[in-house]
Amino acid sequence: MLRRPHYIGLGLVVLLTVVMLTLPSPTKTRLKLGVGSAFVPLFGLDNSTRQAAGHAGDALLPKSELLRELEALRLQNQQLRLAATQAEAVLRENDRLRQLLGWQRQQPWKLKLANVVLREPANWWRTLQIDLGSRDGIRTNMPVLTPEGLVGRINSVGLTRSQVVLLGDPTCKVAAQVDNPAHDLGVIGPGGALESEFVEMSYLSPSAVLKPGQTVKTSGDGGIFPPNIPVGIVVESHPVDYGLSTVARVKLGANLSALEEVWVMLQP
Amino acid sequence: MKSWLPTFFVLVTAYLAVFWEAAFTPLRHLLGAQIDLLPPLIVYAALCTDVRTTCLLACLGGLWFDSLSQNPLGVTMLPLALVGLTLYSQRELILRDQTFAQFTLGLAASGAAPLLTLGLLLTTGHTPLLGWGTLWQLLVMTVGGALATPVFFVGFEWLHRSLAHERIAETSFRPDREIRRGR
Repeated sequence: MLRRPHYIGLGLVVLLTVVMLTLPSPTKTRLKLGVGSAFVPLFGLDNSTRQAAGHAGDALLPKSELLRELEALRLQNQQLRLAATQAEAVLRENDRLRQLLGWQRQQPWKLKLANVVLREPANWWRTLQIDLGSRDGIRTNMPVLTPEGLVGRINSVGLTRSQVVLLGDPTCKVAAQVDNPAHDLGVIGPGGALESEFVEMSYLSPSAVLKPGQTVKTSGDGGIFPPNIPVGIVVESHPVDYGLSTVARVKLGANLSALEEVWVMLQP
Repeated sequence: MKSWLPTFFVLVTAYLAVFWEAAFTPLRHLLGAQIDLLPPLIVYAALCTDVRTTCLLACLGGLWFDSLSQNPLGVTMLPLALVGLTLYSQRELILRDQTFAQFTLGLAASGAAPLLTLGLLLTTGHTPLLGWGTLWQLLVMTVGGALATPVFFVGFEWLHRSLAHERIAETSFRPDREIRRGR
């Protein structure tokens, strides 16, 4: 049987929980960011430790290895510059054709690099925290990606850090299309609780002809993610709901469990 | 050790444990789930500290955890408090110095706390990522928490011995009552 002080303690915790859960959403977000700012000293410490470990690793790397890497990067840089020149010419041609047809001009993506500082401590969500915040121009719902593909979107923004909700989280749904002749549309949603590299693409047409290896990219519907951001590739598909729709299993392009750096798209 | 020191150490450990859970990822990559260190800590607080420390740990630990998570703020507090205060109410009946008892209580607390949190999340209309894989994650959390519980007890005991004044054992011997025997 609980004695009186325990009743009081439990009552206070219950009251506090009820108050917290019934707070208005903006207040809750601000309070959450405020409580989370208690960890700012540890962010700095963690960052310094990683940097020190990196410097120690660099010091141990032999000069011949560095020179070989430098040469490889020079070569890659030249190839990328040539590809960029070609892409620029294609972009100009595309703009000219769009102008002739009276279509809206495509804006180039404006990206900002961010470091992943923390991951979700609870096992039933998929989020991470990055070291960019409102002072860096980050706003909620901005898309987050890597060169391999889409990662997620910004969920909440603090002054110096932001929370990114990843693909596969129940709160991150993305309108996507399969790169097949019919351009079948669907919605990317969560996969399994243990499979961070797979997601499910649902609400596909029952007549969708999907083959393993077909690429999936954002469709641009929904207003958050711009079109043509690569998401992943189709692994398998099967009809559901007595054949009323098709569901595809999609392997994500970005490895979400090994993210160190991500790009935030500032102007979708 | 003064009365506020155990509270301070328990809260600092909770603060570091929450940060560790969010920053240390190798275990998650290896096992597919992250171990939660707050339930083992609440077992220690409930058995070896007072009700104030147990409630403070449930509130602050829960708030810190939720602030780094997508959990709604405050949802982890109540499960931790329920587990902690249930143990606190039965602490006279528990052999808290036995490693097996610590392990068993850690197992129960680490299994109950996430289940209660999930129940609260579902009750408040949230949709966490659940599936068959969740059973494995709960198993990892339960066993991991159980293994961590005796470690916390040993760690805090060491801290207590290092910082507290050693109590002098009183004996029945009194020099003024000593009978001097002569030849």
